[in-house]
Amino acid sequence: MQDFCALSCRAAARIFRKPGYYRDFAIQFDKLGFGSLFICFLTGLFTGMVMALQFIIQLKPFAATSYVGGMVAVTMIKELGPVLASLMVAGRVGSAITAELGTMMVTEQVDAMRVEGTDIIQRLVTPRLKAMLLAMPLLTILTDVVSLLGGYIIAAGYGINPTMYLSAFTQFIVPLDYLEGLVKPLVFGGLIAMTGCYVGLGTGGGAEGVGSAAKKAVVASSIMILMCDFFIAKIIVVFR
Amino acid sequence: MTTEERCIRMDKICYSIGGRTILTDFDLLLEQGVNRTILGVSGSGKTTILKLILGLLEPDSGSVSINGLTITGLKEAQYREQRKKIAIVFQGGALFDSMTVGENVGYRLFEEGRLAEREIEEIVREKLRFVGVEPALDLYPSELSGGMKKRVAIARALAADPDYIFFDEPTTGLDPIGVYNICNLMQRLQADGKTTLMVTHDLATAFATSQKFTFLHQKRLVFDGSESEMRACSIPEVREFLLPTEQSLFV
Repeated sequence: MQDFCALSCRAAARIFRKPGYYRDFAIQFDKLGFGSLFICFLTGLFTGMVMALQFIIQLKPFAATSYVGGMVAVTMIKELGPVLASLMVAGRVGSAITAELGTMMVTEQVDAMRVEGTDIIQRLVTPRLKAMLLAMPLLTILTDVVSLLGGYIIAAGYGINPTMYLSAFTQFIVPLDYLEGLVKPLVFGGLIAMTGCYVGLGTGGGAEGVGSAAKKAVVASSIMILMCDFFIAKIIVVFR
Repeated sequence: MTTEERCIRMDKICYSIGGRTILTDFDLLLEQGVNRTILGVSGSGKTTILKLILGLLEPDSGSVSINGLTITGLKEAQYREQRKKIAIVFQGGALFDSMTVGENVGYRLFEEGRLAEREIEEIVREKLRFVGVEPALDLYPSELSGGMKKRVAIARALAADPDYIFFDEPTTGLDPIGVYNICNLMQRLQADGKTTLMVTHDLATAFATSQKFTFLHQKRLVFDGSESEMRACSIPEVREFLLPTEQSLFV
């Protein structure tokens, strides 16, 4: 844990340090961010649809189906949007980062970089961290928006007035919820990148080692996302 | 510069990993202009020696100095400066997958940022021409044969004009023509004034390219001397390594 924190601090300290490796950052942002658009779209769409469906069933006996939009919004923006998008991205991106760096480790490419005088944290870790810190909040916003759209499709199918669906948002959501919905993916994005890099740079043992490292990174980052989700929610509750 | 300031020295190096001792009280002197090969059976710790000099591994005790400056215990950032005097050709080449051959060869120059892109390209072409793979400039490592990868790795090592070049099993896995090419390249480098340190168990390559030999056995240095001294050596392990007998059979 100490080594993980030390690596994270070193990578964060290098975010604004030169050389910025902007090309590497752009490549990573494309691979990790744009490459995850489709899974986040699907995650958002189906989660929003199923949430709306369940809420309609639960609220119908109380004649409170007009609150569906608000309930979907508050659940998605505060909790499910950041958590589900991050878990999906952790599975896709966490393993990819670990496998890439792990392969570089076992084929001595990382050693070769160090010999060539490269600061491997600045070259390999920081661009991935920056890419995830920027991409994860954007992917979460996409997930949230698409989930609300999915919820709307189901709500409209059950005859709920679109205006009621949309107006319920403002009744349920306060500005702090938006902040929570953005802080979480920022933290989760950092966790995914750092776990992938930390496990990847500690890889040994050939192809088998790379495979088990990728698995380890996904499991570790998923658990950390769920744990951090609770603690961030708890901290934000204090400010409410 | 005095002789002391023109050499790499390892003093009483001990190194272990995971409770397993790899090297015990190991000494080495690599003087500029004297090409050396470290010999030993597989798993005897030969590559570890190169990594200890390069600071990729930290010894448990003992010290390493490069051109008179003790580098053991230096921070990574300070070590980076010292590493500029050394280049290494890794066993598998260790070319960067995501970069072209040209970008691989010019990697250190791009990183240093002292030269213009055009100047770097000229140097890259010159080094690739030297090793005979200039047409591969825009190819990716995955498109190269094993021998070409090794030659590109040598070109990368040369690009930064280091004082010392390390070779980690440079001929392993190559056909006889590939081995001949690598030997020839090493000899040309030595003629250009580069000092080479090679680890290998390929005796023919070792004797063709080095003047001094170090033999490792059971985590220790058991022999250090010239080819003739080695051939005349009476140490059983060295004799067995040079001329394996039926007693050397594992079964």
